Amino acid sequence: MIDNLMTALGAEFVQLSLTPTLIGILAAVACALPGNFLLLRRQALIGDAISHVVLPGIVAAFLVTGTITAVPMMLGAGAAAIVAVVMIEIVKRLGRVEPGAAMGLVFTTLFAAGVLFLEITDTSSVHIDVQHALLGNLESLIWFDAEGWQSLVDPAALATLPPQLPRLALVLVGIGLFIVLFWKELKISTFDAAFAGAIGIRTGLLSFALVVATAIAAVAAFDAVGSIIVIAMFVCPPASARLMTNQLGRQVGWSVVFATISAILGYVFAGYGPGWFGSPYAVSAAGMIATISGIIMLLACLFGPQRKRVGQQAEA
Amino acid sequence: MRNAELIAEAGKIVDVAGKDAPLTVRGLTVSYGNKPAVFSVDASIPAGSMTAIIGPNGAGKSTFLKGALGVVPRLSGEVRIFGKPFHEARDRVAYVPQRASVDWDFPARVIDVVLMGLYGSVGLLRLWRARHREQAMACLDRVGMNDFADRQIGQLSGGQQQRVFLARALAQNAEFYLLDEPFAGVDAATERAIVSVLKDLKSEGRTVVCVHHDLSTVPEYFDRVLLINVRRIAEGPVDTTFTAENLQETYGGRLAATHIDELRLA
Repeated sequence: MIDNLMTALGAEFVQLSLTPTLIGILAAVACALPGNFLLLRRQALIGDAISHVVLPGIVAAFLVTGTITAVPMMLGAGAAAIVAVVMIEIVKRLGRVEPGAAMGLVFTTLFAAGVLFLEITDTSSVHIDVQHALLGNLESLIWFDAEGWQSLVDPAALATLPPQLPRLALVLVGIGLFIVLFWKELKISTFDAAFAGAIGIRTGLLSFALVVATAIAAVAAFDAVGSIIVIAMFVCPPASARLMTNQLGRQVGWSVVFATISAILGYVFAGYGPGWFGSPYAVSAAGMIATISGIIMLLACLFGPQRKRVGQQAEA
Repeated sequence: MRNAELIAEAGKIVDVAGKDAPLTVRGLTVSYGNKPAVFSVDASIPAGSMTAIIGPNGAGKSTFLKGALGVVPRLSGEVRIFGKPFHEARDRVAYVPQRASVDWDFPARVIDVVLMGLYGSVGLLRLWRARHREQAMACLDRVGMNDFADRQIGQLSGGQQQRVFLARALAQNAEFYLLDEPFAGVDAATERAIVSVLKDLKSEGRTVVCVHHDLSTVPEYFDRVLLINVRRIAEGPVDTTFTAENLQETYGGRLAATHIDELRLA
């Protein structure tokens, strides 16, 4: 048993499982952090919207550049995210419809446009397909040159880390800094936008910055893990965390814990779970991570200490 | 010559009093969509006064406040707070939005909300500290809510929530308080507590403006009224402006003249 564990966490683990697990954790946490504020602003759908419009973005980027290297793909996805946010604002203001409807309209339209693009243009020769867009390919992000834990201090081996890992780490640091530095402003404007405006917080700018942070997280995570996990991580860990506490800081902390647990358990279950039931095949890690986050949400609904708060107002 | 000097002097005094008033509004127009919610409203709130903004539902009372503070964009009009554009006088103003305008299910305790009022004294990129907590507790004490500091805000009654909002405004230690319907849906004890705090503010020389609904309490609580129904109907001291004719004009057919007479007597 102990031998098994040592083997499981040995050289093979470092080579095959360490980087996908870390990438999964980084992607999950990077999405969960801004998700807390989106959820409380009743904008959780915007994460969904952005991760959908990433598809037309990368297809357009491929059509323009003819390659599927990371940088043009990410630029295309980022541009599409910004276009979508602007379109949502326009539809909201000109159409005078509620935000949810505007988001629904824009992201379904753009996602459909992305699928059409994919069909009518000659992208069939390259690896862009709906399957990949939805579930990513976390399992393939292995660290070829790793020979064990000692590779973590070997510059030559470190240079061959999957590029998604440092990229997501950078994104996570950026988002973390944004939230820490503007904690007061985010908290006040999320709770009471009118008051925030009156005391001089630039609420419009802050909302836009939050959406940009969301878009960056979505695009960076999408590249590694696909859009299913992105959508799940924007909503599930923060929503579960809300049921654990009545303080915003603790909620954000819980959401990080839940995102991390989802990523680790999801990766392990996807790789080894089917084996426990006698199946020789693994299942999609991204799908399993999203499923675990949903199960955590269910458990929080059933057992979370603050689950009964709605409708529990004291009498006047 | 002497007369001219006197007139000039008098003009100057009037000018100074008007110029540095807590709130001066000229031709304020705010619109949601094609229909103006507030149309070309003038108002001038003198220092140390306690003013009720009165008008029927949908008359633009809240919008007038929000437009004056730039919380909603204005189509036209000039607003001066203590003689300056609002962004230069922000620290001297405390605004209390309608209680129903926020989600009380937000994960925060009572003390967290009051601390928001100390935002201006915390500083950019910094967090609240022990000294701020003490100040916030003192403000909660003034509204009789210090036992509730660690309570989740969603567990409070409507009246308690309104007191927390008032405590947050007190934490701002402003000279000019603008409250949007502070008495809406609160219990009688809370109403008395809030009135008492507002009257204290006035006696300290501060200025108070409330959007107010209950006509029967206007003479008791306030010394001035601003009557609005999209346009400004009248503005002045309660004794001369809170009249049956002005109310009739403000509310139109919605308020019977006999009803108004009863209110005046009450």
